Amino acid sequence: MKQYQLSTGEKKFIGSHLLVAILALSVGSLFGPLQAFEHAGWDIYPYIKPLIKSYYQGLTVHGVLNALVWTTFFIMGFLTFNVMFGLKRPLKNPTLNKVGFWLMVVGVVAAAIPILANQATVLFTFYPPLKANWAFYLGLTLVVVGSWVEGWGLFMTYFAWRKENPKELTPFIAFASLVTALLWQICTIGVATEILTMLLPWSLGLIAGVDPQLARTYFWFTGHPLVYFWILPAYISWYAMLPKQAGNGKMFSDSLARLSFWIFLVLSTPLGFHHQYVDPGIPPVWKFIHSMLTFSVFFPSMMTAFTVIASLEHAGRKNGGKGTFAWIGKLNWSDPSVAAQLLAGILFFFGGIGGLANASYNVNLVLHNTAFIPGHFHLTVATAVTLSFMGISYWLLPYLTGKKLWMPKLAVAQAWIWFVGMIIFSNAMHVLGLLGAPRRVPLGLAPYVPPEWNSRLFQVGVGGAILFVSGACYLTVMLMTALSKETVKEEVEVPVAESMQDLALTPVWLDRWAPWIYGALALIVLVYGPVLFDLIKNIALTSPGFRVW
Amino acid sequence: MSAQPMHIHPYERNWMVFSAVMLVLFATAVSVAAFGMGIQVPAPEQRVDPRIVATDPNSPWSNPGLREVSPGKYDAYILAHAIPVWEYLPKEITVPAGSSVSFYVTSSDVQHGFKIQDTNANFMVIPGQVSKLTIKFNKPGTYNYICTEYCGSGHGIMYGAIIVTP
Ligand code: HEM
Ligand SMILES: [Cu+2]
Ligand SMILES: [Cu+2]
Repeated sequence: MKQYQLSTGEKKFIGSHLLVAILALSVGSLFGPLQAFEHAGWDIYPYIKPLIKSYYQGLTVHGVLNALVWTTFFIMGFLTFNVMFGLKRPLKNPTLNKVGFWLMVVGVVAAAIPILANQATVLFTFYPPLKANWAFYLGLTLVVVGSWVEGWGLFMTYFAWRKENPKELTPFIAFASLVTALLWQICTIGVATEILTMLLPWSLGLIAGVDPQLARTYFWFTGHPLVYFWILPAYISWYAMLPKQAGNGKMFSDSLARLSFWIFLVLSTPLGFHHQYVDPGIPPVWKFIHSMLTFSVFFPSMMTAFTVIASLEHAGRKNGGKGTFAWIGKLNWSDPSVAAQLLAGILFFFGGIGGLANASYNVNLVLHNTAFIPGHFHLTVATAVTLSFMGISYWLLPYLTGKKLWMPKLAVAQAWIWFVGMIIFSNAMHVLGLLGAPRRVPLGLAPYVPPEWNSRLFQVGVGGAILFVSGACYLTVMLMTALSKETVKEEVEVPVAESMQDLALTPVWLDRWAPWIYGALALIVLVYGPVLFDLIKNIALTSPGFRVW
Repeated sequence: MSAQPMHIHPYERNWMVFSAVMLVLFATAVSVAAFGMGIQVPAPEQRVDPRIVATDPNSPWSNPGLREVSPGKYDAYILAHAIPVWEYLPKEITVPAGSSVSFYVTSSDVQHGFKIQDTNANFMVIPGQVSKLTIKFNKPGTYNYICTEYCGSGHGIMYGAIIVTP
């Protein structure tokens, strides 16, 4: 049976997302190893001074390009692909989506100019009263607004499809992509409010001061669900694509997969205070409530783990795998897309355990803002998400360009090198954090570093060097594939796993949006409302801006 | 699509029950830690005006330092700032072993952090807010307090020390 095909124009549109994403990752990731080397005592910053003035300017580039630009562009491209391919129809209003995309591009450029001019060395969290040039805030706003517009384009496409197919169950990859886009629309209200009501007017000189505690609260309203916006697209691939790629497996349970996406939507926003456990301006009762809600996300995460592993097991057994664990070896490890995503998933398991520690009210006290935290999120966003996206691009780029993947063996090696480098890097960072080393510090120069930290700092450098090699391999494979003259003989197949469960059994309430959206909003009002109301009522715009970099 | 209740595989049901039990266990452990073991996190204490908090003669942070409130009990008013240089005032505090010290920390410019090494004290310092936490120092030694939030180019050199004498 022939698969649904995207038009050349549509492929180009998705490809443009991929291009911006990979450019951002290439530049952004360059600084990761530099930071790691600095920690190990190999300080390269003096040599790049004409370009990048400081460790912190580099760290701002690293955080913004990797965590915000690479992720957002890749995700918007992937979600758009999933909606079109899943619903088997073109976008309802392609112009709207194009407008959204270009708004994001203009936003990235607008934010990049002050960052490169050292006028926005505020890191990717831009906590006021550190004050960046207004173009930085405007640029971020445009990125968010652009992603909203693209999201609206996806929703319109869905409504059009629904009208044509009133009785049909939304195909899973489209469904899950729409929920992810929906989550993004809800949670970005926080950062949009922060920028539009405080930071932008303040940077333009329209108001004299800001309220830093309120700003942090708005920021983390978005900041936590942001991590679900990053990971859910990887889950879509793990649930519905990876089992197919790994050995023609089927997705274990369609209904539970859908249910877990809805639970993520409902639970992802009302728990941002776990990033503010040690903020002075938030009452402990609310911190505690958010910590309980944070733990409850454990539940859909466990459901995801179950379904993904069960689906992979199905693939492994189809490939002739036996035994309790031996089927793992029978998965298609020689396919770079599979290897990358499986390795990403393995490290995510450890990331999840670290996450439980962070979420714990008491353990967090010791870990807050230590090197443990970047150790943790390089397992999650920088590996579970990033390595999965790299894996996806190993089939998506050939699909979009019609070119054969250049040196698949190198691509497989790339995934393994990342895996090894990240284990060394992240393990050392976790241990440093437990020993008390702070994050966001050029530890090679800090005056209070005790000798016990040195061997670990060295390992950070070694891990960084290995990761650098892996990043370079990835870029080479992408570049050589795009430039290659060797085309694929047949259309690249989009890997979509069928459901093992009869789709007629999926209950109808899992395909209705309204109850879940109301539920999500109600919970947000319930657990954010009182605190935000209080903070806004007592707002004190008493912090003028500072440029202390 | 079906109007029937959801169909769940028995394995899945067992797994979900297991997950729910784990969840309850975690939640209980954290609650016990939070309430039973007296874990402290900073709570809304007092609002200040960061523009004058370091200069207003009525503000305790215009004269930061240690005050003995009763034998063995101290209040430590600590000011964090990036301007003119990255430092805490005072830079050093000396107390005898067995002392209980309540820290009141605020900032006159950007956000900072405050983490006392080898203790449970680790919190944000936010302009306009006061972070309070009480720590008992039993073991003699030097405890560095270091800045844990990016506060500009000098963030990595920002620290002070508590000296606990025998
Ligand atoms: C190429 C491999 C990489 C290496 C060696 C690396 C290394 C580092 C190091 C050492 C830090 C800590 C800096 C500090 O706290 O002072 C850091 C921070 C960070 N990294 Fe990476 N990284 C890499 C890739 C990535 C990727 C792929 C992402 C995201 C997709 C990422 C996201 C971040 C973020 C968000 C921060 C925090 C920035 C901040 O504190 O403002 N990194 N990285
Ligand atoms: Cu979070
Ligand atoms: Cu600092």
